[in-house]
Amino acid sequence: MRAVSIEEAVAMIPAGASIMVGGFMGVGAPWRLLDELVRQQKAGLSIISNDAALPGKGVGKLFDADLVSRLTATHIGLNPKVQQQMLAKQIAVDLIPQGTFVERIRAGGCGLGGVLTPTGVGTLVAEGKREIEVDGKPFLLETALRAQFALVHAFLADYLGNLSYALTARNFNPVMAMAADTVIVTAEHIVPVGVIAPDHVVTPAPLVDYLITNPNG
Amino acid sequence: MDAQEIIARRVARELRNGDLVNLGIGIPTLVANYVPAGLSVFFQSENGLIGTGPIPEQGLEHPLLTDAGGRPISALPGASTFDSAMSFGLIRGGHVDVTVLGGLQVDAHGLLANWMIPGKMVPGMGGAMDLVSGAKRVIVAMQHAAKGKSKIVAKCTLPLTSARPVQLVVTDMAVIGFPDGKATLLEIAPGISVGEVMAMTDAELVVPDDIREMKI
Repeated sequence: MRAVSIEEAVAMIPAGASIMVGGFMGVGAPWRLLDELVRQQKAGLSIISNDAALPGKGVGKLFDADLVSRLTATHIGLNPKVQQQMLAKQIAVDLIPQGTFVERIRAGGCGLGGVLTPTGVGTLVAEGKREIEVDGKPFLLETALRAQFALVHAFLADYLGNLSYALTARNFNPVMAMAADTVIVTAEHIVPVGVIAPDHVVTPAPLVDYLITNPNG
Repeated sequence: MDAQEIIARRVARELRNGDLVNLGIGIPTLVANYVPAGLSVFFQSENGLIGTGPIPEQGLEHPLLTDAGGRPISALPGASTFDSAMSFGLIRGGHVDVTVLGGLQVDAHGLLANWMIPGKMVPGMGGAMDLVSGAKRVIVAMQHAAKGKSKIVAKCTLPLTSARPVQLVVTDMAVIGFPDGKATLLEIAPGISVGEVMAMTDAELVVPDDIREMKI
């Protein structure tokens, strides 16, 4: 793990990159990294995020700035701007069930080719997918999902990069921290090694590539 | 009592002590307000919490403790938090006893459409498909009709949420179950006649002799 400034971290992300973004309706989103992506005008991004938050909030700011060309998400209903961009075909949106979304990312991070889920069998979601029967029950083969970058937000990070999360801000963050080539982390607090007890570490340090310095900006 | 309150009160009577319950947005959210006294259930919020509590007093909100819509909530003593893989493992894995969801259409066999109106409303399915596929019991809480048109239809014209039928539909007019895979009138709301329910229902409805009045 290397500690870097927010400017330096985002400068490493090329335009057109595929990026997983943690957070659920903006809660637990790495908002400082998102602001910096907007400041550095990284365009043509392929974003993998549970939702599009709201205009002006969390990952929603990337859409406000027209930086996204592709979105993989489970719900965009609370961001009318993204729905308009989708219906106008300005951005390609792949909407998938939330449980499938997180399992595809988990598979990507765990060296699996995919997962078999009953969710979506017999619906529009099944189109173009292989249906596989196990013990007489139908499942869909959902393939693994990975990205070049994961932008993760933790509550505590120690000097080595061990992470713990708070309340409902955990959501997709620890799963995404497994599933990208480069993992960049913002934390609310950076603390000495040992403050996070081994039993309370959720994301172990070796998974983290870069930790953003100066949590309070 | 308005239609939404009738529905929410009746659904709340379906909950059992110790149930793990997931409530969808809209009318289902109201069910939490009418849990019968003495009954203790766990409410799950799919963004990673079991043990959701009421909206906190103004000034006591925590920005990292929210419901699935991103609104501040509280956590009750004994609450637990977890990541989204665990949250949907609970849902898909059959650990959630009851889910209550809104509906756009339910058909004569109990199939539900509640996530999309092609070309008009494409918000994404969020957790709805996983909930209908995996929860032990799926209850749909919705108005019986919208703009004078029945939401209980012979066959869904909107895209299905799951190939698995729901167990119960509670509306402002009736409670409908699906024994033997057929829509069956179980209860009628106070002041509503069987004839009125039939007239406002597009699906073929089995009408047994022993229809009760909804207890709310």
